[in-house]
Amino acid sequence: MFYREAGDFKTSYQKDMAAFPIRQDKIGIGIWLMLATVVGIFSAMNWGILGMEAGFAMKAIVLPTLIFTLTTLGLNILVGFAGQISLGTGAFMGVGAYACYKLTTWMPDVNIIFMFFASGLVAAIVGVFFGLPSLRIKGFYLVVATLGAQFFLEWAFGRIAWLYNYNDSGAIEVPTRTLFGVPITGASANVTLQYVVVLFILIFMTWIASNLVRGRIGRSWMMIRDHDIAGELIGVRPMQAKLSAFAVSSFYCGVSGALMVFVWLGAAEVESFDINHSFLYLFMVIIGGLGSITGSYMGAAFIWIFPIVLKEIGKAFGYGATLMENISLVAIGVMIVIILIKEPHGLARLWQIGKQKLRLWPFPH
Amino acid sequence: MDILYSIFADPFVQMVSLPDFFIQVLWEGLVAGVLYSLIALGFVLIFKASGIFNFAQGIMVVFAALAMVGLWELGVPGWLALILALGIMYALAYGVERFVLRPLVGQEDIILFMSTIGLTFMLIGGGQWIFGGEPKTMITSELGLPTGDTVWEPFGGIVIFQHLDVAAIVIAGGMIAGLAFFFSYTKIGRALRAVADDHQAAVSVGIGLNQIWVVVWFAAGIVALVTGIMWGAKSDVSFALQIVALKALPVLVLGGFTSIPGAIVGGLIIGIGEKLFEIYWGGLIGGGTESWFAFIIALVFLLFRPQGLFGDKIIERV
Repeated sequence: MFYREAGDFKTSYQKDMAAFPIRQDKIGIGIWLMLATVVGIFSAMNWGILGMEAGFAMKAIVLPTLIFTLTTLGLNILVGFAGQISLGTGAFMGVGAYACYKLTTWMPDVNIIFMFFASGLVAAIVGVFFGLPSLRIKGFYLVVATLGAQFFLEWAFGRIAWLYNYNDSGAIEVPTRTLFGVPITGASANVTLQYVVVLFILIFMTWIASNLVRGRIGRSWMMIRDHDIAGELIGVRPMQAKLSAFAVSSFYCGVSGALMVFVWLGAAEVESFDINHSFLYLFMVIIGGLGSITGSYMGAAFIWIFPIVLKEIGKAFGYGATLMENISLVAIGVMIVIILIKEPHGLARLWQIGKQKLRLWPFPH
Repeated sequence: MDILYSIFADPFVQMVSLPDFFIQVLWEGLVAGVLYSLIALGFVLIFKASGIFNFAQGIMVVFAALAMVGLWELGVPGWLALILALGIMYALAYGVERFVLRPLVGQEDIILFMSTIGLTFMLIGGGQWIFGGEPKTMITSELGLPTGDTVWEPFGGIVIFQHLDVAAIVIAGGMIAGLAFFFSYTKIGRALRAVADDHQAAVSVGIGLNQIWVVVWFAAGIVALVTGIMWGAKSDVSFALQIVALKALPVLVLGGFTSIPGAIVGGLIIGIGEKLFEIYWGGLIGGGTESWFAFIIALVFLLFRPQGLFGDKIIERV
């Protein structure tokens, strides 16, 4: 009743192929954008919500969720659309972060937004390099190859002093950079501006991704995922498809890694990019839904917010933080298994089923 | 020129001039390699019988050892703790089969693989919840494992053999022989091989897949417990072992996913290779190379022989 296409006619092919062909979807997107604006206003006015301070809510929930959504999008392109499993996401984000650090300390005057994308390019190059084995191997063998990338890069971040400008702590400290005269990175940064910048980057890159996967290149990724040999036989070039998937995915991960350190963490060590984070990003993809852009949003939000909620509930009942952390690990593990058993396409599929139900509701026949 | 010298000549000069140290390094590498082989063996057992790439094998090692030490700390005698830990591994095998694998029968390999990552998280969270996150000391003497060492003096130097390492090699050898016997001469072993060969054919001659999987996971659990004891005795029983255990993956790549001899040879190559590289070449690039050396070796190897040293040839059809 609330969600149906009936009466929503199209008069040209172009309209039929639009990103959001159904009116309700456009309204939905509008509502989300309005919500995002409201969050921005709350942050600017420093209004708390649900007993949380505005600054805390932004730093602990909103910013990381947006940044991890970008990561999940990138990983989903590789795993969900191109079918190449990667356990090196954390390290590729690290490449972005260290590249951004090196670039902005080398050229302090260049706009930091530009540097975010430039560091994404560096990550893309590294990603293509470590994606080269995928031309010969696949499946579990590729998992081992990406683990190699993960451990090698982790080692490089810790041991190559040039990467962190030879400072004593071995960590990267984010310098202050401004946008329109307002600090956006560093200790005195303005949270609302950070939010707006991250949101715009995320929306922009989502738009790019959704068009990529609809287009020729996205279809060649899916061909490789579904059956690489059959794909090769009908003219998809595996090398181009696989390497471009690695490049685009690493680009997204690199940008999100740079954002993570510069906008959210403020300083980072090797531990911010370790293998456990790589697992976490893979879980975001699985829970959200393999091969779904909407799913990337849901998965990232769910995996990030769920443990926080659980911890708060535990605090309310007087349980320690460590205990709740362990419980949330178990819960996430159980949930992964349940989702794989019940709904291998994740939350995105549930959302679709929900929309299908809404189409008929309240008269299911 | 200096760089070329320190890469291509100097390490070999050192090896020849200090042969006792070289033998010591080889020995340490061999012991580490045996432990990698043991973990890889657990992977191979499950992969052969069910085609599942069990990512949780590493955490199973930690979990089994923690369960045993945890029981001992509760006041259970060492031998009983060992038996009870075996019981826990059986319960785990049964639970995994019943609640994870059975509902997922017929799914793609990649889904099954991801479910074992989920299992990994359950075991990490559950293990820390029950036994606490801090490292524990392995109950070496309660289990009757030897301590102390033997000193051998070749070429005017000294080489130290820890008795514990010798015991590790002997036990690992015994276990591999036992598994080989079990696979070749017992009824269940033959059933396992049949399942590994062809699921459907095995089911059609009356082999119960479900029981077979429980048996296989239990066998992998036993291997995990033994590995955990050995490794825990060398260092501590901690969750960091789980990351080290991931090195069994390059071992598998090197040896082939379906080959038990491959797992052993691969483990030895990786164990010895990474020790030699770290000692003689690692200093040139800052040290700490053991974390990635195995993976890079496997990566280079994959480019030339994707099926591994002893693996079955990969044949693909549309």
